[in-house]
Amino acid sequence: MTDPLNVCLEKTSGYDPPESAYSVGWTQPKRVVLADRDNPLPLDCGVNLYPVTVEYETYGALSKLKDNAVFIIHALSGDAHAAGWDADWEKDNRPWRRNRPGWWDQMIGPGKAFDTSRYFVVCANLLGSCYGTTGPWENDPLTGKPYALNFPVITVEDWVRLQVRLQDYLKIDQLVSVAGGSLGGQQALAWAINYPERIRSAIVMAASSRLTAQGLAFNAVGRQAIMNDPCFQNGNYYESGPPASGLELARMLGHITYLSNQSMEGKFGRRFQNGSQPCYRLNNEFSVESYLEHQGRAFVQRFDANSYLYLTRAMDYFDAAASTGGDLAKACAAIESRLLLIAYSSDWLYPPRDTRAIARAMLANDKPVSFIEIPSDYGHDAFLLETGQTTPLVESFLKKV
Amino acid sequence: MGKNIRWDHNLIFKLVSPGSSVLDLGCGNGELLARLISKKQVRGQAVEADHDQVSAAFQNGVDVYQGDLDRGLPEFNSQSFDYVILEKTLQVLRHPMLVLEEMLRIGRECIVSFPNFNYNGVVDKLLKTGRMPVTDSLPYHWYDTPNIHLFTLYDFLDWIKDHQVEMVSGFSGDGLNYRPLALPDDSTGAAELLFLLRQRNRVKQPLSASVR
Repeated sequence: MTDPLNVCLEKTSGYDPPESAYSVGWTQPKRVVLADRDNPLPLDCGVNLYPVTVEYETYGALSKLKDNAVFIIHALSGDAHAAGWDADWEKDNRPWRRNRPGWWDQMIGPGKAFDTSRYFVVCANLLGSCYGTTGPWENDPLTGKPYALNFPVITVEDWVRLQVRLQDYLKIDQLVSVAGGSLGGQQALAWAINYPERIRSAIVMAASSRLTAQGLAFNAVGRQAIMNDPCFQNGNYYESGPPASGLELARMLGHITYLSNQSMEGKFGRRFQNGSQPCYRLNNEFSVESYLEHQGRAFVQRFDANSYLYLTRAMDYFDAAASTGGDLAKACAAIESRLLLIAYSSDWLYPPRDTRAIARAMLANDKPVSFIEIPSDYGHDAFLLETGQTTPLVESFLKKV
Repeated sequence: MGKNIRWDHNLIFKLVSPGSSVLDLGCGNGELLARLISKKQVRGQAVEADHDQVSAAFQNGVDVYQGDLDRGLPEFNSQSFDYVILEKTLQVLRHPMLVLEEMLRIGRECIVSFPNFNYNGVVDKLLKTGRMPVTDSLPYHWYDTPNIHLFTLYDFLDWIKDHQVEMVSGFSGDGLNYRPLALPDDSTGAAELLFLLRQRNRVKQPLSASVR
């Protein structure tokens, strides 16, 4: 969900540099074709998609028995670069990676929550995203032009189906864990429900079994901002230039939902951008305004507007209980793995009560579950920022898996 | 709450059958349940309200559901555990009766321990000093105690009698030692008490029969 750039601004201490004993060091993305004409990827919408390339990264070493793999799943705006320093940032034209490590670097590395001296950690970019995995920005082999809005609508379950292919490609029968926050957490839940035999545990952070109506509403407005931008051109903007102001607006709106009232008060309050006096102007007056604008502009540099439409739609559709008539307990009856659920007190995008609902669904099946609500003022972003509180929980949970 | 006194841990460890299922309410740091899981292969679930304790119990490798016992336990199915344990927690609850009823609903057997307010060590202090007693079992001052429902052995026996509860066994204990309940001596002689209870008139099922 949240932007590595944002985390950078939130951070008070420095990053682990590539030579640090706690860093996975320099990383290089890998790419693999996981669906072709003979073996297309069946999507929920009915389309059989091919070819599908997946960009992924791995950290640590896979054991001989291939029994130490953990899949990390990113959220809305994330990528496969979850930890370490991208050696290929220049070659791949990803300048935003130059001065910062992967988006969950504080959680992944030697001696960290996902300890790469024990575990083989894998993170793949999502289908429809714009960081190396097939998406609407890529050329449709039928037309030779970018898919744009001809790209099929995708779902969380489609993502998991593709990740399962990556698991098979890596020849791993069972994962120690699948873990993610936000939209990544929802995928971890979908893994647990749909592929119970393929994982030993799932870690679901700052996520619920489905987005609230309020969440759907925010996504709808974000998409409207993009689609109403004159540059949008029905998605065919790859030559003419992106709908920058629309995407910027969508990101600003989204960003508000990742923070909390408390964190915004603490960080910005009512401070003016220039000194203590108002300038009596309509633009860029309060620091919270310029912060959001900065976030929006930075996002436009690194994200594709069509990808944003597709990914938020997948987020909208996800309902873990959809195939059981709305009965979440019935859906969770399929889960065989251990489940760790972490909610954050000030998260109002995926409120703790909705994460708790998953725990209750497990208990309704007489299945064990771990559920904790971490006190935090960071709002939804807490899953990226409260690593100090989250780390011991994840560590001890993984040890018992 | 006197959690530093471990006699009831040792006794509970003895009472619980190997391979059974255990729900530990107010599990604290989860030490007892962790021991039951590793040494007696029980299927364990814990419930704890306090965030720091939940965190500590996590680190003991126990599955903990962070929840408030005083709201009842509607998420748990009836007769879904062989044992439900409430260890020296009853006296801190706002709604102790609700929690006891929930325990009897959820568990085939319930294990409850609590400090006895009529213990002569407590009563003597109260009478001699004229101040709220601070003892090993009740180690708090009046202003910082979490214990809001203090009661005695006879209070509890009255509840058992009035609520169709079957007392399977009772014990009194102090420090590391315990012995079977002895009346009337334990009314004043027992610092802490532990009972194994079940709902009366319920068809007895073999342990773990319907547990996954």
